[in-house]
Amino acid sequence: MNPPTALIAEDEALLAAGLRADLARLWPELQVVAMAEDGRSALQQALALRPAVCFLDIRMPAMSGLEVAQALAEDWPDEASAPFPLLVFVTAYDHHAIEAFDAQAADYLLKPVDGRRLEACVGRLQRSLASRGGAAAELELSLQRLRALLGSEAAPRDARLQVIQAQVGNTVHLVPLDEVIYFEAADKYLRVVTAEREHLIRMSLRELVPQLDPGRFWQVHRGTVVQARCIASARRDESGKAYLTLRGRPEQITVSRLYAPRFKGM
Amino acid sequence: MATPYPIRPQHGSLYRTLRSGGVVLLLCVAIAALLSASNMGRFVDVLAYSSCIGVCCWLIITGGMRSLAGVLNRRRSARGRPAQYPDGFPGWRWMPLPIAAGIVFGPLLGNELAGWLGLYHASSLWPVGNADNRTTWVLTLLAAVVAVTVLSLSGQLSRARAEAESAQRAAAEHHLKLLESQLEPHMLFNTLANLRVLIGSDPPRATAMLDHLIALLRSTLSASRRGRHALADEFAHLDDYLALMAVRMGPRLQTRLDLPDALRALPLPPLLLQPLVENSIQHGLEPKVGGGRIDVSARREGQTLVLTVRDSGVGLDAAQAAAAAGFGLQQVRERLRTVYAGRAGLIVRADAHGGTLAEVRLPIDDTA
Repeated sequence: MNPPTALIAEDEALLAAGLRADLARLWPELQVVAMAEDGRSALQQALALRPAVCFLDIRMPAMSGLEVAQALAEDWPDEASAPFPLLVFVTAYDHHAIEAFDAQAADYLLKPVDGRRLEACVGRLQRSLASRGGAAAELELSLQRLRALLGSEAAPRDARLQVIQAQVGNTVHLVPLDEVIYFEAADKYLRVVTAEREHLIRMSLRELVPQLDPGRFWQVHRGTVVQARCIASARRDESGKAYLTLRGRPEQITVSRLYAPRFKGM
Repeated sequence: MATPYPIRPQHGSLYRTLRSGGVVLLLCVAIAALLSASNMGRFVDVLAYSSCIGVCCWLIITGGMRSLAGVLNRRRSARGRPAQYPDGFPGWRWMPLPIAAGIVFGPLLGNELAGWLGLYHASSLWPVGNADNRTTWVLTLLAAVVAVTVLSLSGQLSRARAEAESAQRAAAEHHLKLLESQLEPHMLFNTLANLRVLIGSDPPRATAMLDHLIALLRSTLSASRRGRHALADEFAHLDDYLALMAVRMGPRLQTRLDLPDALRALPLPPLLLQPLVENSIQHGLEPKVGGGRIDVSARREGQTLVLTVRDSGVGLDAAQAAAAAGFGLQQVRERLRTVYAGRAGLIVRADAHGGTLAEVRLPIDDTA
């Protein structure tokens, strides 16, 4: 059996080096294959190198540790060759995150990481790796945990937004929420798509979602929120994803594995 | 500072009723002592008589006061307003009514009561011109004035005490919140985590980092006890904070502090700039992949001290939402308002080169 591999995502270089040194002492066989200093590069390297364990700092530039976990779950390749990595979240003090971790029995470390806790964590990881089932079952288990984690971590909603204000040059277009078919994240912007046209607004999906009515607007992917009444049909495929056809738009929308369970027959 | 607590007397209405009853009985004893000393009857007889009148006065005034408060409360709630006199005191505006009723009907009723109990009493309290009757009426009036004065003063005293206490509590709570925002736990634990690594790998650097942390804790704690400190102290504090952040962020953070010597002694509210620098780090530079720089500087423009915190972070759009809602800016604005009453200001805007610029303008009092 190949030695287990790990990725460490931590923006503070000293802490990353410290964790690596502690791991080398407690778990000599573990090979640290990547050290990422921000969330985006952590995601890219994890997808490319497919480590067995990912240590994810919660507060990182570009993407938070939780966002990395979500993106990993959505983009993890289907083929059975590499099981979904075991995730360990690392945080100094994030009240809400810690509550969510405790509630969902997610593995996490508190900074400063003391030797005994790390040792216990390493023991748990080793037992999990030894008793791993098939890759598919492993992925499904991780998905269930992440769904619960992301759900319990969600910010309180305040659905008061009625109109989207999209600026083009000196003109501000007012788009009633009712006309929006879906929102899609595009780099720093958000595409606001209606039946006739689309607008760009400078806002992240993370800022927008709490202002939307969760019964009316369904998140179907980390980058997509769709108006439920505009969904015509959903077709699921064997990888666990689903594809939506829309009323009023020709294009298909992909539903990630995290959100696919929402589309079941009544 | 507006206190968030409703101001109300600290004792319950039962306590106040018993207290007023006690005052009345004491006055009755004093009257009996006075009258028996001037040979106007046996102490026991006079005490029984004056007690009858006193108790009647007290019942009329207390009952009248409570029913008045009840009527006023019902009238308010009929108009959809919250009850204002929950403790049965309708306010001094309405008090002459029950007091007058007490002074007039108290002696009449008390005299009847004494007669009914078979005690010493007058056959009639009319006419008032009769010497005995005059004594009764005058003493009742005097006793009522004394009792009302004593009770009103002690009520005022306890209200003032409650007011002072709640203001003190509000101040302590604000103080605690300020301290917590200055010793942000996330920052503290991350700093300790770095320290823990450095102790093993680079002890001299660990010592230097620990020194900055100690200085930071000391200046934070002492600042919370002082109204003003010198600009040089403020910059020394920021230097400690930024030195810790520089260890944590490594090459991702460049800092520059610029304080002209002539301005070193100028006073300002302690740690005024700390939340601005913290915002720059937390919302501007930490979320930026490559990091950036932060410049803190002070300059003088006539009678105005201009303090700027400039960062090359992710910029106002992204940082704004996170920071504007936070305690930081709101707290700086509030402190400027309370200390300088409109003569100071804070502007936060997008910097021309991307990033964010925060500018504080304070008046300089040369006389101070």
